[in-house]
Amino acid sequence: MKPVNQKAWLLVLPVVICVAFSAILPLMTIVNYSVQDIISPERRVFVGTEWFATVLRDGELHDALLRQLGFSLAVLCVEIPIGILLALAMPARGWQASAALVIIALSLLIPWNVVGTIWQIFGRTDIGLLGAALDGMGFAYNYTGSAVDAWVTVLVMDVWHWTPLVALLCYAGLRAIPDAYYQAAQIDGASRFAVFRFIQLPKLRGVLMIAVLLRFMDSFMIYTEPFVLTGGGPGNATTFLSQYLTQKAVGQFDLGPAAAFSIVYFLIILLTCFVLYNWMQRAGTAGTEEVPNG
Amino acid sequence: MARIDLDLAHSYVADPQKDEDYALLPLNFTFEDGGAYALLGPSGCGKTTLLNCISGLLRPSQGTIRFDGNDVTDASPQARNIAQVFQFPVIYDTMTVGENLAFPLRNRGVSAAQVKERVGKVAEMLDLSASLDRRASGLAADAKQKISLGRGLVRQDVSAILFDEPLTVIDPHLKWQLRRKLKEIHHEFRLTLIYVTHDQTEALTFADQVVVMSRGKAVQVGSADALFERPAHTFVGHFIGSPGMNFLPGQWRDGAVEVAGRRFLPDLPPQTLSALQSAGNFKIGVRPEYLQLAPEGDPQALPVRVERAQDIGTYWLMTSKVNHGEDATIRARLGTEAAALRPGKTAWLSVFNRHTCFYINEELVP
Repeated sequence: MKPVNQKAWLLVLPVVICVAFSAILPLMTIVNYSVQDIISPERRVFVGTEWFATVLRDGELHDALLRQLGFSLAVLCVEIPIGILLALAMPARGWQASAALVIIALSLLIPWNVVGTIWQIFGRTDIGLLGAALDGMGFAYNYTGSAVDAWVTVLVMDVWHWTPLVALLCYAGLRAIPDAYYQAAQIDGASRFAVFRFIQLPKLRGVLMIAVLLRFMDSFMIYTEPFVLTGGGPGNATTFLSQYLTQKAVGQFDLGPAAAFSIVYFLIILLTCFVLYNWMQRAGTAGTEEVPNG
Repeated sequence: MARIDLDLAHSYVADPQKDEDYALLPLNFTFEDGGAYALLGPSGCGKTTLLNCISGLLRPSQGTIRFDGNDVTDASPQARNIAQVFQFPVIYDTMTVGENLAFPLRNRGVSAAQVKERVGKVAEMLDLSASLDRRASGLAADAKQKISLGRGLVRQDVSAILFDEPLTVIDPHLKWQLRRKLKEIHHEFRLTLIYVTHDQTEALTFADQVVVMSRGKAVQVGSADALFERPAHTFVGHFIGSPGMNFLPGQWRDGAVEVAGRRFLPDLPPQTLSALQSAGNFKIGVRPEYLQLAPEGDPQALPVRVERAQDIGTYWLMTSKVNHGEDATIRARLGTEAAALRPGKTAWLSVFNRHTCFYINEELVP
């Protein structure tokens, strides 16, 4: 018989404490706020699901959610294909490969608020290169006045900032494909497109899944860049979910609805990632069956 | 189908100086149309390099390749119309087994009806008919390799089919079946087949002509019989046969062959004798199969010290050392009479007969 030893609990304890302070307790605070109306530290009323009902009926929130979904979708539609193309175009070996990797990774090193500031200046029509150039070419570009311009600017900024991540992931995936596949394709007379369609793309499935999930989650939580660029404007054009949430919690001090919405927000991200993950898994392996040897 | 003339060398370094710089030393060889060839040699001897030069995956750094007299040195594998099967299975994950087999045909714009017919035939040949509609990515390694083989065989109009150790990942029992299949295919369609392997049984059973390679050099080309009976190089003697050929150091002294301190007067053609005489030192090669026990003290026999005699099933294998302080091991395939041999005792072996070969500087004396 094995002697019973409870010492293991002691070893797990530090992790439990760390996770409790870093994740579980803050999350519980949110849950706490979401079901109570706290008027002052002494006066609090339990309100049940009332705040949830309120935020789900909030028209402004629906608009922010739609804007957010549209933005994340646009981010994925632009960054994933460009990332793949970049990875395909990057040199595979030699000093050129190292140089390309360093250059392409540069934008990833810049902090979010700096990215926002860079583009805020870059896009100005008086002193910004981009803004002045567009203005000079006769486009009425003005990200502080035009909703479309602001939205497109935020999108381009995100593409500039994060496409390199997709490219790097794809580059790693491409380098992992054994030469024999390319040789076999050459022997089989496959066109360049067929090589991409039947070898490279299927072999990139794993890294693309990571790229899609990362870029979805990250873009779905975008806050700093539009905040620095236009503060969410003009109007509400670039007020995405997290900024709307901040306005509610910090600006108007509606902690109850803000907490309720935080939980909804969290669930949306979780659910979407779950669906995306399962869908992409299935897309790659459908119809797979084990067959006996011979 | 084509005759393939090679006159080439390949080096992976830019400016080769020494022999060691070459992956493939200068080689001049012709693969006749419709022949079944094997490239045999240990790992790293340049077999795959040569194969890739033929298929066009690799451009030789020197020389030319001709298909039916046309220079194809700069032509792509597609232009050469070559089929090649690799050592490890390469399949297209997202396609079914049938689509995999059809891929080389579809890429060349073959009509759907013809594709269907060829895929059906090849699938039947390789026992893949039942899984044609299965997705290929979930199959076991040997099933995947059969798909790779199938893609190599599906086109009928190819110049040649090249196999790069295609049966490495296949089960032994299936190996025999597939090798026989390949032979059948060769007999039926008379395609030029080139088969790379490091397994001598595979090479000798598959091919009419075996090219033995060592360190980037084709050391001998010949039928299984020639490689066995008259190895052109001591390497071939070692490499072919199980166990390989025995080599004994010999000298020419006072009009006789001296081995381990004993003098022999073998019955040899005059030109061989004069070659040995002028060389002075040489090696005597004799296959374990051609050694026989001789009566004690036989003047035509060599005394050896027995190390062990093992019953291998169909024969007895005797391992022994030459009795004169020289460090040469001799192995002999003997009959049941070897059961009487005891380790440490002396046995007498008759070494010289019509199968005995002589080597000067590792090359066969004709």
